[in-house]
Amino acid sequence: MKNKRKYTWLDIGIIVLLFVLVFAADRFLPSYDIKAKVLQKGAVFALIAVSMNLLNGFTGLFSLGQAGFMLLGAYTYAIFTIPVADRVSVYKYYTTTAADGTTLGGLVQFTLPVFVAILLAGAVAALFAFLIGLPVLRLKSDYLAIATLGFAEILRALCQWKGLGVLTNGSNQLRMYPTFKGIMPYFLVSAVCIAIIALLIHSTYGRAFKAIRDDEVAAEAMGINLTKHKMISFVTSSFFAGIGGALFAMYQNTIQAKPFTTTLTYEILLIVVIGGIGSLSGSVIASFLYIACSEWWMRFLDTDGVIPGVTRNGFRLVVFSAVIMVIVLFFRRGIMGDKEFSTARIARFAASHKKNKKEAAK
Amino acid sequence: MNTLLKLDDITMQFGGVVAVNNLSLEVGEGEIVSLIGPNGAGKTTAFNVVTGVYEPTNGRVSFQGKPIVESFPRGKMKKLYAGENTGVYKRRMTKTPDKITALGIARTFQNIRLFKSMTVFENVLVATHLRRKSNLFTATFMLDHKEEVAMRAKVESLLEEVGLLDVKDELATSLPYGKQRRLEIARALATDPTLLLLDEPAAGMNPQETDELTAFIRYIRDKFKVTIFMIEHHMNLVMDISDRIYVIDFGKLIAKGTPEEVQNNEVVIKAYLGVSEDE
Amino acid sequence: MNITIDHILAGISAGGQYALIAIGYTMVYGILRLINFAHGDVFMVAGLIMVYASASMPLYFSIPLVLLGTVLLGVLIERAAYRPLRSAPRMSVMISAIGVSYLLQNLALYITGGLPQVYPAIPWISDSVTILGATTKRVTLITPVLTILLVVVLVLLIRYTKIGMAMRAVSKDFETSQLMGIKINSVISTTFVIGSFLAAVGSLLYFSSYTSVVPTSGAMPGLKAFVAAVFGGIGSIPGAVVGAFIIGICENIIKANTELSIFSDAFTFALLILILCVKPTGLFGEKATDKV
Repeated sequence: MKNKRKYTWLDIGIIVLLFVLVFAADRFLPSYDIKAKVLQKGAVFALIAVSMNLLNGFTGLFSLGQAGFMLLGAYTYAIFTIPVADRVSVYKYYTTTAADGTTLGGLVQFTLPVFVAILLAGAVAALFAFLIGLPVLRLKSDYLAIATLGFAEILRALCQWKGLGVLTNGSNQLRMYPTFKGIMPYFLVSAVCIAIIALLIHSTYGRAFKAIRDDEVAAEAMGINLTKHKMISFVTSSFFAGIGGALFAMYQNTIQAKPFTTTLTYEILLIVVIGGIGSLSGSVIASFLYIACSEWWMRFLDTDGVIPGVTRNGFRLVVFSAVIMVIVLFFRRGIMGDKEFSTARIARFAASHKKNKKEAAK
Repeated sequence: MNTLLKLDDITMQFGGVVAVNNLSLEVGEGEIVSLIGPNGAGKTTAFNVVTGVYEPTNGRVSFQGKPIVESFPRGKMKKLYAGENTGVYKRRMTKTPDKITALGIARTFQNIRLFKSMTVFENVLVATHLRRKSNLFTATFMLDHKEEVAMRAKVESLLEEVGLLDVKDELATSLPYGKQRRLEIARALATDPTLLLLDEPAAGMNPQETDELTAFIRYIRDKFKVTIFMIEHHMNLVMDISDRIYVIDFGKLIAKGTPEEVQNNEVVIKAYLGVSEDE
Repeated sequence: MNITIDHILAGISAGGQYALIAIGYTMVYGILRLINFAHGDVFMVAGLIMVYASASMPLYFSIPLVLLGTVLLGVLIERAAYRPLRSAPRMSVMISAIGVSYLLQNLALYITGGLPQVYPAIPWISDSVTILGATTKRVTLITPVLTILLVVVLVLLIRYTKIGMAMRAVSKDFETSQLMGIKINSVISTTFVIGSFLAAVGSLLYFSSYTSVVPTSGAMPGLKAFVAAVFGGIGSIPGAVVGAFIIGICENIIKANTELSIFSDAFTFALLILILCVKPTGLFGEKATDKV
C-alpha cells in the first residue's frame, strides 16, 4: 500500500515535469518553430484520440463520426468568438441589414468569452451526438460505423450549404477569431479534459462501459442499461471531440468545413490503434509521435533528392501508411495494448526483467 | 408459501417453430425448483423469456405478484400463431433484461459469459453498478467515495463467501471451469437478487465438482436468502437438491412434482429419463 | 429546378456503376462480415492503371490489363491484409481495411504527384449520341445494360455452379461450412476476384463519363456503393443492384437543383440512416437473431 502511494507520487511528478518542460518550451521556442507547432497539434490530437478511445476502445462502439463532432466544435467556437467588428469582412457574402440600415456580417451579433465558447463547442457537439445517438446506437458494430461516418458527411455538407451561410459562412473560411498564444494553454485544456475522461473510465460507469465492450448480453443481465450507457459514452466522447475541434480551430487560425473528412477520422482512429485500443496514455503518446512524424521527422522524405528518384512530394505519406499497416497487422496491440503508462508498471517490468536475466544467468 | 415467480401460458414461437408451448409454472419463495427436459426442449428459451431477452409470443410472467412481461400474438404472428389461449392476454408489456435484473431476478449463462478483459474482482464489481446511488457526475469526480469503498468491501466479502478471494486479481477467463461457474453465480449475487436463475450450473463438471456444487447451491440459498430456479441435466444434482421439478419436452410441460413423483412418472421416463446418459 | 431526361439518364448510368462496385462490398460482407473500406480505392487504382496503361499500349491490351491488374490487387489485399487477421476481432479487420485504403490513396498521391490524371477516351463508348433529345456519351446507355447482364451472369454463377454453392454455404455459416470440407480460402479468394473484376469494369464505365482520376476518386463512389449494398440488404446481390440504381437516380435528381446540389452526397447517407432505423436489414435482407 505504501509502495503504491510512492508510485502515484512518481506518476504525478512525471506529469508535473512534463508541464515544466512545456513551460520552458514556451519560453524558448519561437512560435513559428516546428517543434512548437508539433507540441500544440499533438496536444489537440491527444484529446481527440482519447475521446475516440473512450468510445471505440472502452465501450466497444465502433464509431467513425469523430470528424463530424470536431467540425461542430470548431464551427461553434469560431462563430461565437469572431469579434463583432470583424464580422462584416469575414461574412462578406452573407451580410444582413440591421433595422437602422447598417450592414451586419452574418446572423450572430455578439461574442462569447473564449472559455465559454469552448464549453459551448463541446455542448453543441454533445447535443448533436445525443440526437444522432437515439437512432444509431441501436445498430450493430459495422452498421454503427457506417451510420456515424454518414452523419459526419451530412454535417459537413450542412456547414457548406448556402442556406446556412449567415451562420456558417457557407463554403468560405471562418477567421479572425481569438486563438491561444503559445503551447501551454493547449496543454492545459487538453490535460484537464483527458483527466476528466480518465476519471470517468475509472469510475463505476467506466467499468460498466468495459462490461458492455466485453459482452453486451452479460452486461445487460447484470442490470446495465445498454441504451443509457452507450449514450453516456457517445455523448461524452463527442463533447470532448467538440472541445478538441475548438482547439483545432485555434491551432489552424482559420477554419473551413472541407478538411473535416472521413480521412481525418481515419487518421485519429489510426492514432488510437497505434497507441493501443483501450489505453488512454497510449493514445496520448501515439498522437505526439504521429504528429511529430507526419509534420517533422519524416518531412525529409518529401524533399527531392534525399534518395535520388525516390523521395519527392508524397513519399512520406507512403512510408507512413506502410508503417501503419505493419502496426495494424503485426503489432495489433499498439504501443501500450490495453495497459496504462505508470511508474509502478515500469518498476514491475524492470524487476521481472532483472529476475529473468538472473534466471537466464543460472 | 408465497409465490415468487409465476409463468402463465407462455408461448414462444420463432417463425413457424414453437420453442415453448403454453408453459405455466410457479416458483415459491425460498424454494429450489428445477426445469428439466431433453436437449432442445425449450428450457433456455423459457429462461430468456423470464429475463427479458425474448418477448414471448403469448402469455404472462409475474414476479412478486405483479405482472412484469405480458404479450399476445401481433402482426405477422396473428396468422402464424400455433399456440393456445389466444384472446386471454390483451396487454403488451415488455422489459429489457436490465430492468428485470433491477427487479431482483439475476441469472447465469449456459455458455459462461464472463467479462473477458476483467479480473475476478472486477467482474463482480461491475454487477454492483446496478444498485449505485451516485450519478455520472458524482461518480466521475469521486464525490461519492464512500460508496465506491462500500462497493469494493461488498465484493470482497462476497468473494470470500464463495471461496474465490484468493484468486481475485486473476483474469476471470484464466480460472478453471468450475471456478468460472462459481464466479458467474457470485456475479449474479452481487446484483442483490431475490430470485436466481441458474442455466446448467453443472455443465461440464465431473462428479466431485457436481457434489461440491450441490452443497454450494444450498449454501447460497440459505446465506443470501435467494430462491433458486435452475435448468440442469445432471440428474443426481437435480434429484438431490430440488424441492420441486418441472419437466418439459418439445416446449410443453409434461410433468411436475417432487423428485420422487417425477422419477416415477411414466411419461417422463419415456420422454427423458429412459434415454438419459446421466443415469 | 428542372429535372430533364439528362439527369435521369445520368442517374441510371451512375446507378449501374455503383451497382458494379456494390456487388464487391455485398459479397465480401456476406462472407467475411467485413466492410471492405479499401474496395473504393481498388476501384480508383483500376482507373489509374488504365491511365498509365493506355499511355503506352493500345486499348485492346490496356483494357485486359486493367481487369487483370485490379483482380490481382484485390486478391493480394485479401491475402496480405485480411487473411492474417482471420481469427482477430472484427474491429481489427475493419481497421486493417481502413489502413489499406489509406495506403492506396497515399500511393496514388505519390505516383500521380497529386495531379488529376486525364482518363483516356475509349472509342465508341465515349462517343456522343442523342437520345430523346438529350445528348450524352454512349457509355451512359451501355452502363445499365452491361450491369444487368453481368449481374444475371453472376446470379446464375452463384446459383448453379459448385463454387457458387460453396459461397452460399460460407455466407450462411462460416464455421460449419469449414467443417463440411469447403475450402474457405479459395471461396474467399474467388469472392475477391469477382468483386475486383466488377469494380474494374465499373471503373472503365465510371471514369469514361467523368474523365479524370484523382487519389480520392474512389472514396465517395465506394461509400455510396456500400450504402447501396446496405440499402438493398447486405449479402443480397439483387438488393445491392436495386439500391445502387435508386441512389444513382435520386442523387442526380438532387444535383439538378443547384441550391441543394451540395447535399447530393449527404443525401445518400441520410437515406442510409433512414433505412437502418426503419428496416435495419435493408430492403431484401434476411433477419438474423442472436443466440444467447
